[in-house]
Amino acid sequence: MTKKQINNILIWISAILLIVLIMTPGLWVVITAFRPQVDIMAKPAVWIPRNLSFNQFETMLFGGSEGSMGRSKVPVLSYLRNSLIISLVSTFIAVLIGTLGGYAFARHNFKGKNTYFFLVMLTRAIPGISLSLPIFILFSKIGIIDTHLGIIIVFVALNVPFTIWLTDGFFRQIPRAMSEVAMTDGCTRLQAFWHIELPLSKSGIASAGIFAFLISWNEFAIVSNLARSTDSKTLTVGLMDFTSQFTINWPGMCALAVFIIIPALILTFMVQKHLVSGLTFGGVKG
Amino acid sequence: MAKVTLEKVSKFYGNVEAVKKIDLEITDNEFLVLVGPSGCGKSSTLRMIAGLEEIDEGKIIIGEKTVNELEPRERNVSMVFQNYALYPHMTVEENLGFSLKIAGMQKNDIDKRVAEAAGILDIDEFLQRKPAQLSGGQRQRVAMGRAIVRRPDVFLFDEPLSNLDAKLRNQMRTEIKRLHQKVKTTIVYVTHDQVEAMTLADRIVIMKDGIIEQIGTPLELFETPATKFVATFIGSPSMNMISSTIKKDQEKYIMITEDGLNIPVPKSKQDVVKEGQKISFGFRAEDIVPLKFGNKPSQSWGHKSKVNLSEPLGTETLIFTNFGKIEIVSRMFTPELVRAGDELDFALNLERTYLFDDETGKAL
Ligand SMILES: Nc1ncnc2c1ncn2[C@@H]1O[C@H](COP(=O)(O)OP(=O)(O)O)[C@@H](O)[C@H]1O
Ligand SMILES: [Mg+2]
Repeated sequence: MTKKQINNILIWISAILLIVLIMTPGLWVVITAFRPQVDIMAKPAVWIPRNLSFNQFETMLFGGSEGSMGRSKVPVLSYLRNSLIISLVSTFIAVLIGTLGGYAFARHNFKGKNTYFFLVMLTRAIPGISLSLPIFILFSKIGIIDTHLGIIIVFVALNVPFTIWLTDGFFRQIPRAMSEVAMTDGCTRLQAFWHIELPLSKSGIASAGIFAFLISWNEFAIVSNLARSTDSKTLTVGLMDFTSQFTINWPGMCALAVFIIIPALILTFMVQKHLVSGLTFGGVKG
Repeated sequence: MAKVTLEKVSKFYGNVEAVKKIDLEITDNEFLVLVGPSGCGKSSTLRMIAGLEEIDEGKIIIGEKTVNELEPRERNVSMVFQNYALYPHMTVEENLGFSLKIAGMQKNDIDKRVAEAAGILDIDEFLQRKPAQLSGGQRQRVAMGRAIVRRPDVFLFDEPLSNLDAKLRNQMRTEIKRLHQKVKTTIVYVTHDQVEAMTLADRIVIMKDGIIEQIGTPLELFETPATKFVATFIGSPSMNMISSTIKKDQEKYIMITEDGLNIPVPKSKQDVVKEGQKISFGFRAEDIVPLKFGNKPSQSWGHKSKVNLSEPLGTETLIFTNFGKIEIVSRMFTPELVRAGDELDFALNLERTYLFDDETGKAL
């Protein structure tokens, strides 16, 4: 065997190990969602799945026959509604603000631009959870605890910096001359942006949007503090409903987890192409 | 169709003064070429006319209007860029019609104008293609088409040919000249290539370090360069330039080169030089030729020297030889074979030498 072949084999083995490492927990969640509690708790573990059923999903969505633990009345549909409203609205606002911000950073020269950019990016270095107590106090003072609005504000703040970073890199890739021609061609600055630069950075903006959506969709730590009831609890926070003082409804929790993962997965597959070109294109800054 | 006037126009980038109080009048329908080495402020000047850069000092007037405060779109100028800057997400047809669509023109009228421009530039066949599916030359044509569709008062070109290979460049150069004859419009054309400038321009503006060195027709610049810089910049091969010092020798001034050669100052320049003055004297390649292949000029200076290298180009032969320690080039138009190592008698036509003061760089 040549050195190159050995190298190839080593790369393959490491890749497979890595994939197994990443995939196993996810796979286990999926399997658990379809199993009865006995199998889940069995010791030694039951490795090969048996007695699979959709009971958990029926209970979850339609409140159907009682789940195996007999008390799985989690208001999943309310949570789904909250998740959708919060994620979609916050993504829309974050992408709107972030794209305009990214365009400004890419195209305008103003004093202290680099410092501003650095500060905006610095906000991403602060762990969100460390802010959750101050945010909680602030929000309770102005009365937006446990509302969509409060959580949307937090998510917008969370997502704007990343959107700015991504779209800034993207707009930089578009030759300035293009909007300049457009402006001598009769466009206002805004028209040049709308007709030329925006269509050319579609995939960058789309990837920014997907990232923002996924971050909002998956966020747990901050929402778990801010959301108190079915008025604003999201799916991820809803997972905690399956725990009680002494027991955890594992199958129910995993069923909901699967339910959360599916849209994210579909979304990722749908826009995979955009995502890759978006990230590589935007990533290489000029 | 409009004249363009620049009055004491300056451009600053931070503390750097890229364009320094330049004055310029471009007449109606003129083809004016701004030429100069990279970084001399050509693009900045052009972009100020277009409205893409702020005019920091002075005034620019297009037609009768002062345009300092006008947006690019209000100036009715069209710009063609070096890298074409075609809109990649639009077809050629949409690229051409874009400005008219923005202006709110009817679809029929747009189609008519686009077809007309496409006809002029011979791009009818590509109308449905995207820019990515075109060759460099075709893209260049589309970029020009997009500019003429609007029927602007002024065309602005910023090094439009420098991305093309040599052959295509020559072809497009001719085409731009033809375009100017068909579409009578004022053109301001920026290039760093003096050949392009000479072949295209009605008048040339030579810039250096943000100032205008000289303005004139191609032949004026060639025949009477105002500065040493213009003399070496215009013409190919570049003018031979020898540093020397003026000395009086028996009531006549002579030039002593750094290598100790003594050359008489031409009669016409005897009155303008003075003892001890540091000067450069220049002469073009065709004004120093091997004696045996040419006629001896009335006022000449003989110089015996070995051939370092010869380049027979058919109609002409370039001979590289030494003038003291400095290598110069001689050009003769007789098809005689000259070999490296040959020793030849050269005759320098003194009437066709140029003298430049080293302190000011100005012609004497
Ligand atoms: N946007 C800019 N910011 C700072 N300096 C600039 C900018 N554009 C041009 N310059 C400087 O101004 C000078 C003239 O530039 P330019 O007009 O582009 O020259 P040219 O087109 O003749 O090569 C150069 O020294 C260049 O570095
Ligand atoms: Mg330039």
